[in-house]
Amino acid sequence: MSTIMTVAETAALQIDPVLNISVFLVFVIATLVIVIRASRNNKSAADYYAAGRSFTGPQNGFAIAGDYLSAASFLGIAGAIAVSGYDGFLYSIGFLVAWLVALLLVAELMRNTGKFTMADVLAFRLQQRPVRMAAALTTLAVSFFYLLAQMAGAGGLVALLLGITDKMGQSLVIAVVGILMIFYVLIGGMKGTTWVQIVKAVLLIGGAFVMTIWVMAMNNFDFSALLNAAVATSITDPANAILGPGLKYSANPLDFVSLSIALVLGTAGLPHVLMRFYTVPSAREARRSVVWAIWLIGIFYIFTLVLGYGAAALVGPQTILDAPGGQNSAAPLLALALGGPVLMGIISAVAFATILAVVAGLTITAATSFAHDVYASVIKNGNADPAAEVKVARITVVVIGILAIVGGIGVNGQNIAFLVALAFAVAASANLPTIVYSLFWHRFNTRGAVWSMVGGLVSTVVLIVCSPVFSGGEKSIFPDANFAWFPLSNPGIVSIPLGFLLGWLGSVTSKKAEDAAKAAEMYVRAYTGHGAEKASEH
Amino acid sequence: MATQSPNSPVNWEAVEQSAEFRSLRSKHAKFVFPLSAAFIIWYFAYVLLAAYATDFMATPVFGSINVGLILGLGQFVTTFAITAWYVSHANKVLDPAAEALYDKIEKGDA
Repeated sequence: MSTIMTVAETAALQIDPVLNISVFLVFVIATLVIVIRASRNNKSAADYYAAGRSFTGPQNGFAIAGDYLSAASFLGIAGAIAVSGYDGFLYSIGFLVAWLVALLLVAELMRNTGKFTMADVLAFRLQQRPVRMAAALTTLAVSFFYLLAQMAGAGGLVALLLGITDKMGQSLVIAVVGILMIFYVLIGGMKGTTWVQIVKAVLLIGGAFVMTIWVMAMNNFDFSALLNAAVATSITDPANAILGPGLKYSANPLDFVSLSIALVLGTAGLPHVLMRFYTVPSAREARRSVVWAIWLIGIFYIFTLVLGYGAAALVGPQTILDAPGGQNSAAPLLALALGGPVLMGIISAVAFATILAVVAGLTITAATSFAHDVYASVIKNGNADPAAEVKVARITVVVIGILAIVGGIGVNGQNIAFLVALAFAVAASANLPTIVYSLFWHRFNTRGAVWSMVGGLVSTVVLIVCSPVFSGGEKSIFPDANFAWFPLSNPGIVSIPLGFLLGWLGSVTSKKAEDAAKAAEMYVRAYTGHGAEKASEH
Repeated sequence: MATQSPNSPVNWEAVEQSAEFRSLRSKHAKFVFPLSAAFIIWYFAYVLLAAYATDFMATPVFGSINVGLILGLGQFVTTFAITAWYVSHANKVLDPAAEALYDKIEKGDA
């Protein structure tokens, strides 16, 4: 026990804010240069929203990994494994397997049919206005929940990495992250955002790789020995409980099953993931990008397994829990234990880069959906001038950025871990049913689309508000109130089947015939790529 | 920028009804749907074991490596394998069929 305390004390002393900020500044300056260079060719709407569709499959695969591997999957999963063992690993499996849904059912067909947004595909053969409105609503909801989670996470990270513990200082850093993000997205558009994500993915996966090899080398590349070392520092009873499932979810296994459904079905409905498929020139490149993403993300999660148990073995779960930032500090503290303050500075900068790249991707998605779906298609009835549309998108970027800063400061310190799970649950309940029906079910129509999207969104939000997340428990947002009649913190097990059911029910009860020629065009385009948007020529 | 096909408007419904297009769709469906069902069943079998059969998952196999870890890493292996399998199928079967149909539409004789 005494050695653990010493580690904790030195950990607190060795945080070097100047070094951490310096490494981060290098990243910021390097990416700014890239973003400004990339923005030179931003002329048309396709340039701004879809990077001129000019990225290759491998480049986009890295960008997808950079977009998808949020701070939650790096710091969160490594920390969860370090503290709760095997149950932390369970998360990463859902996040990975989910990509098969995107690969097999969604990516290529979406790429061939759409232009910029998810709504392009969903509204293709249905009535434009109601379907676009509903799709924009779910896109904005998912993006905003996710965005808020990332921004609030930035506050906790600051406390850990820069030693800033007062609220004022943390708020300032959240504002800096928000302003940087606005700048990247405003200037660089999708091209700049993509490059930030590529750079971040290389740094993140590279950093994790170095630390993984380091940890494995210390254990003679014997994974079983690493597990034994983690068991030796375990604070659970029995000590080897960290090797099997149950520490985190045994109290309510059904809740875990519900979460797993949302994770595996949510990814292919995340608007910022779908939008990445439009940045490549063809469906074949979209397929290649998903393949690259699957390999990168999968390998990264294997690294986090080693890092999580490595942090347990080398830092110790009690030290991690006692550190500022708690569980999230596992990976940075492991870096400190391995390579001292320099490695910790690098890993901390990577963690910041992670937040920056993810919020940039979310913001451009939300802004595109607002400008393209709400402004151009609904308000202007499809007759908007493309230049005016991009201008609206840029204004939306600033508005969303400010909302994210204010929201991030507002929820800083709150327990908002549920927001990421909520974003996945809405994506799986509201978006995925509509996408799958649109692509594969001829009979699907406008009413079905609106019912499944609005119904999926509303039911997910209502269920989570009426769950122990909001009231009726010690860890609830309102611990003194009790209006929790829904027993699970994850609504997916109810809301996802409901989304599918409503899509079916709406379709079969509507007698209104949809445009058969449009449907035929959509299917032929989806499967052959005929008439699909091409790369812009520069 | 986006370019429309230079030909006169395509009769999409006729293409959709054509034997080539129906065969392309069915080739796609016959591959992706059973495979999707398989990986989803395998994933949920794993999730249910992790949620409800914790003792079984904690059974050591060699050293400290237990059943749960092997099944979990098995999910990674199957994900990578399905990815590779789908890509090879798409390159060999789906892409040539889609390209043939694409050319036919371009020529206007679909």
